[in-house]
Amino acid sequence: MPSLGETIRNSQVWKSIFRHPMPVDRRNRIVVMLTNFFLHLHPVSIKKQGIALSYTWCMGGVTFFLFLVETITGVLLMFYYRPTLQWAFHDIQELRDTVSLGILRELHRWGGHAMVITVWLHMYRVFLTGSYKPPREFNWVVGVFLLLLTLLLSFTGYLLPWDQLAIWAITVGSNMARATPVLGNEGPGQQILNVGGIDMITNASDARFGLLGARIVGEETLNRFYVLHCVFIPLVVSLLLAIHFWRVRKDGGISGPL
Amino acid sequence: MHVDHVLFMQQVSAFLGPYYLTLALLNAIAAAVLTYQLKNARAGLISVGVSFFFVILSAFAWNGLPPGLPQSVRDMANVALTGNRGAVIYTLGTTALLIALFFTRKYWVRPAVAWGALNAALLLMGLSMISPAFFNIVSKADNVPIVSLVFLLGFFTWLATSKAVANDERAKQGLPPLEKLDDEKILVWPDLVYTELICMVVVTVVLLVWAIGLKAPLEFCAERAKTPNPSKAPWYFLGLQEMLVYYDPWMAGVVLPSLVLFGLMAIPYIDFNKKGCGYYTIAQRKFAYCMFQIGFLELWVTLIVLGTFLRGPNWNFFGPFEDWDTHKVLALNNVNLSDYFWIDVLGASVPRVTSDMTGGDAVITVLKREGLGIVLLLIYFIGLPPVLASTVFRKMFVRMGFIRYMVMCNLLLFMTALPLKMVLRWTVNLKYIIYIPEIFLNF
Ligand code: HEM
Repeated sequence: MPSLGETIRNSQVWKSIFRHPMPVDRRNRIVVMLTNFFLHLHPVSIKKQGIALSYTWCMGGVTFFLFLVETITGVLLMFYYRPTLQWAFHDIQELRDTVSLGILRELHRWGGHAMVITVWLHMYRVFLTGSYKPPREFNWVVGVFLLLLTLLLSFTGYLLPWDQLAIWAITVGSNMARATPVLGNEGPGQQILNVGGIDMITNASDARFGLLGARIVGEETLNRFYVLHCVFIPLVVSLLLAIHFWRVRKDGGISGPL
Repeated sequence: MHVDHVLFMQQVSAFLGPYYLTLALLNAIAAAVLTYQLKNARAGLISVGVSFFFVILSAFAWNGLPPGLPQSVRDMANVALTGNRGAVIYTLGTTALLIALFFTRKYWVRPAVAWGALNAALLLMGLSMISPAFFNIVSKADNVPIVSLVFLLGFFTWLATSKAVANDERAKQGLPPLEKLDDEKILVWPDLVYTELICMVVVTVVLLVWAIGLKAPLEFCAERAKTPNPSKAPWYFLGLQEMLVYYDPWMAGVVLPSLVLFGLMAIPYIDFNKKGCGYYTIAQRKFAYCMFQIGFLELWVTLIVLGTFLRGPNWNFFGPFEDWDTHKVLALNNVNLSDYFWIDVLGASVPRVTSDMTGGDAVITVLKREGLGIVLLLIYFIGLPPVLASTVFRKMFVRMGFIRYMVMCNLLLFMTALPLKMVLRWTVNLKYIIYIPEIFLNF
């Protein structure tokens, strides 16, 4: 009699989803990599050194995994959270006090911190193995953008709980924009943009205002950061990640000695 | 006060008991690995002893008597690391440490030595916890990532360095790097796919434990009227916030971060060294390695650690065991270069722009007043590159060509400008080299 597992694996439903049986022989191990949507990001075969944990630390992989964790927990948080002065803080409190299995916020927050750490470690590894050298220069540049966006993701998310920690950290962080050369209200060369004696760059039109949507960290800022945090930056990161992974393959796979 | 202390001791003990026990377990595992896998019986035996030692510490902690650093040692650390002197000692100390680590790398990459150092660091941390000031900062929920970052960086630096040292040794003997030995092609299924799966499981477990064990912080609802003191940016930006001490916001908050990003992106295009691609090495790319480590470990990470743990109210520098006293006042007597020049050297008054001056007069006054600073900066940024190109960087200049060389040189000069400015601040209280408040341009 066939076992339960076999019965399931031989069913029409299973076969319609998984295009190949569990690969146990060489041929199928190759085929599975080519025919599975998720696995086909990988090559079929790779130099042994390229998968050694002591070489890559799997740090890029871990960063990507954390990005996925953040996406999923982030969507769940969005179910509960409303980005308005009236509700933001309240909703976070509710998440802590009344939502069952209340570790959603923790998972998202610590996952975010962890992602900042792992992205630095990944960059560190890539530097230490000299993996930015030709032909991988451009992928390193893509990586630097990913690094910046990871920090911005974390920074925009920091404001959303709307507690003291949040607004003051963002106030301190964004005050510097006031001093942007030329475009900041208190930046050097601010007087250059001046039409007929009227200052174009004031505290209601400078770089900081553009970032905050107001003169102070307020409701407009909350809305701006929310949209950036939940929609715009993740989209850009996804696009760059696609390019990043594609380039890893096109540049000849994980680096190694010639 | 007394009740507070009892509560605090309970809290610390509840943390330190499991903490020491974990260390004991880790040492027991290390003993097994050292003895059977690395065939180092002596180190194994020591590890057993250390494990036993941690069990005893743990027992004390469980019973509400966690051992700690003696008050005298804590006082000494506080005296050394406070105020301006603290900033100097911390910065010079970490720099000296990194330099020493660089030169002694052959020694500490040995597993037994590294393991000993890790144990010492963890023990020191445990013993320090007994100080409320230290415990409160280190265990603050949002600071936990930095503590982990420091240990993770330590671990991975050790890992990378030990591979680099081994490879450099092999290169001397004419052998290819270790990575070359794993040259054969293997199938991604199952090896890589399973490795990735295991990594995902491990990360998930770590994250779950972290999330269950540590609540996300939530203070009271945002209130504009109540400015916390200190107000700190998120931890990964604290290096930038620390730079604000030495530079105006337009430099610390805008120009220098942009240059950091630009500099990172430029690395592949200015590093012309073809060696050291795809394997760990230090000897074959010493210059690139050292520059990166100065930028990353010294100027980025240690500044973050400083900003998180040692900067308190009013951004004053506090010793690790010192209470954050909001009323601590430090005399600020920083002086601009133009003041030095006009008042102390020329014995004259500093020329000022007055409201009745025409634009042209104002410009001339400013140029006159800040002339020395402007000339010095021109020498630094424009004059130094050619001088370096014909001396220490001569070989590099020839191989890199003009543009590449100028980009690299200017990035380096900007990078070194930070420690230079720090030193000038501490030694001669220099505030700005160029001070033109009329157009918010201070450098
Ligand atoms: C969201 C952030 C990022 C993710 C998810 C990511 C992901 C990955 C992954 C999965 C790999 C395959 C090898 C590995 O795991 O080490 C990789 C390789 C690489 N990454 Fe990233 N990365 C990110 C950011 C960065 C950054 C900040 C840099 C550099 C500044 C960078 C530069 C590179 C380079 C040059 C490679 C090729 C390495 C080689 O061939 O050895 N990446 N990345």
